[in-house]
Amino acid sequence: MKILVVDDEADVQPLFLQRFRREIKAHELEFDFALSGEEALAYLKARHSEVVLILSDINMPGMSGIELLSRIRHDYETPPPVVMMITAYGDEENHRQAMQNGANDFLTKPLDFNLLKEKLKTIIE
Amino acid sequence: MSFFYFLSAFLLINRLLKSVKYTDIWLKWKPVLAYSQWGVIITYVVLQSLFNHNDHSDAIMMLAGAALLLGIVLFVEKENDFKNWGFYLKAHYPLIAVGFINGIVMLVASRFYDDQYVYFVVAIVGSFVWIFSRWAVSKKQREELRMASAKNAELDRLVAERTAELTLQKNELEKALVQLQTTQQQLIQSEKLASLGELTAGIAHEIQNPLNFVNNFSEVSMELVDEMEQELNKGDKEEAMAIAADIKQNLEKIRHHGQRADGIVKGMLQHSRASSNTKEPTDINKLADEYFRLAYHGLRAKDKSFNAELETNFADGLPMVNVVPQDVGRVFLNLFNNAFYAVKERQKAEGADFKPVVKVSTVVNGKYVNVWVEDNGIGIPDAVKDKILQPFFTTKPTGEGTGLGLSLSYDIIVKGHGGKIDVETKENDHTMFTISLPL
Repeated sequence: MKILVVDDEADVQPLFLQRFRREIKAHELEFDFALSGEEALAYLKARHSEVVLILSDINMPGMSGIELLSRIRHDYETPPPVVMMITAYGDEENHRQAMQNGANDFLTKPLDFNLLKEKLKTIIE
Repeated sequence: MSFFYFLSAFLLINRLLKSVKYTDIWLKWKPVLAYSQWGVIITYVVLQSLFNHNDHSDAIMMLAGAALLLGIVLFVEKENDFKNWGFYLKAHYPLIAVGFINGIVMLVASRFYDDQYVYFVVAIVGSFVWIFSRWAVSKKQREELRMASAKNAELDRLVAERTAELTLQKNELEKALVQLQTTQQQLIQSEKLASLGELTAGIAHEIQNPLNFVNNFSEVSMELVDEMEQELNKGDKEEAMAIAADIKQNLEKIRHHGQRADGIVKGMLQHSRASSNTKEPTDINKLADEYFRLAYHGLRAKDKSFNAELETNFADGLPMVNVVPQDVGRVFLNLFNNAFYAVKERQKAEGADFKPVVKVSTVVNGKYVNVWVEDNGIGIPDAVKDKILQPFFTTKPTGEGTGLGLSLSYDIIVKGHGGKIDVETKENDHTMFTISLPL
């Protein structure tokens, strides 16, 4: 299962790669990273069919996560990838906006990786 | 004939007595005048009986009468309480003069006197009548004088009243002025605190990121150590070495993010320190960058939907500039906040298609360092452009801005550092502020 992680902080990459080390080694999961909404869209344009899950930060300079979300929902409807929003600002407004724009889930930073693993398990099944 | 004199004296005193009745000088003068009246009568009787058998009794009585009258007139003329009686008192002088002339002529040239007796008598009677005739006029005159002085007293009272009113108003105004000045100081202070408050939100967010990494990488590293133990137990040295390399990398990242947080806290402590007013060599690039991100995060902490593209264009090898870092930082903060506000307003108007961009750049320009803060926001209309540096001028709705940011910035840059602030703007297109700091 290919997962695209969108976050402007570059250090999330080693974090994910290490946290999911076992799964990656077992070829259960594959991670790719984009540093901005624009980069994510470019990636999707090329490899849309491969990506099953997109994990996106909301607060990014340039295109926000919410905007990316609505673009994904608009441009890539078949099949619609699962999109989960991750953000430091875990308030009602953000949650509402994310859900309104079609997010599948909403996670707050700092990421509870165990929780994330649970959620990913349900998606795989 | 001398009788007229004593009569005149008596009448004069009588008139004076009547005039002071029921006034506030009644108690003062009643005894004197009352006794004087009797005194005149008694004097006449006594003198009459004393000199009755004297050859020159007529002359003596005449002279005595004239002298008495003169004495009384002179005395009363000097009294302040009867200062309005001058006219009437002077009317007695002819009678007095005639009396003295009569008396002396009687003594010295009695035969001449007897010959011209009629004329002398006419003179006495005429002068006596003269006094009476002057009474009516003098009464009218006294009345007028009294009214005039009453009017004067009234005017004085009014003037004093007005003066008191004005003094009262002046005192009130002075108090109000002091109050306004105090309030102004308080507003300036609260503006500074407000900008500090905005900083705090941004700073808190800024710290959260590195702290998250520290936590996350620590957790991951713990997991990795477990895995490494497993691999070592399995005997897979290669895998264990790979994991060890990862752990090392993680620890390096922990250190990096920890230092990041440390730097932010140090910066925050510097901001909260009361401005020292001492200039120190400062890296303007770093200062501008720091406040740029702080302003952005500060705004985002308040408005989660806010988003903008941040562009930085810092000149390499920019020389250090002698500035008070907190003050210049506050200026940057203010300009960035204004820029973000402007682009946000434009986005509100134009919608999602508009891409807000805020740029900060630095460059050396002759003897100055220029810092440009540019935004593609709503711009500043010409009508308003001249007022933006004025204290308390703001285009924001009530309660959203004190209008002190730019005026304080002006004070700091121009008065505090001998620098310049310029603005170039086009409505609904862009605004660019240029700060010039002397090297």
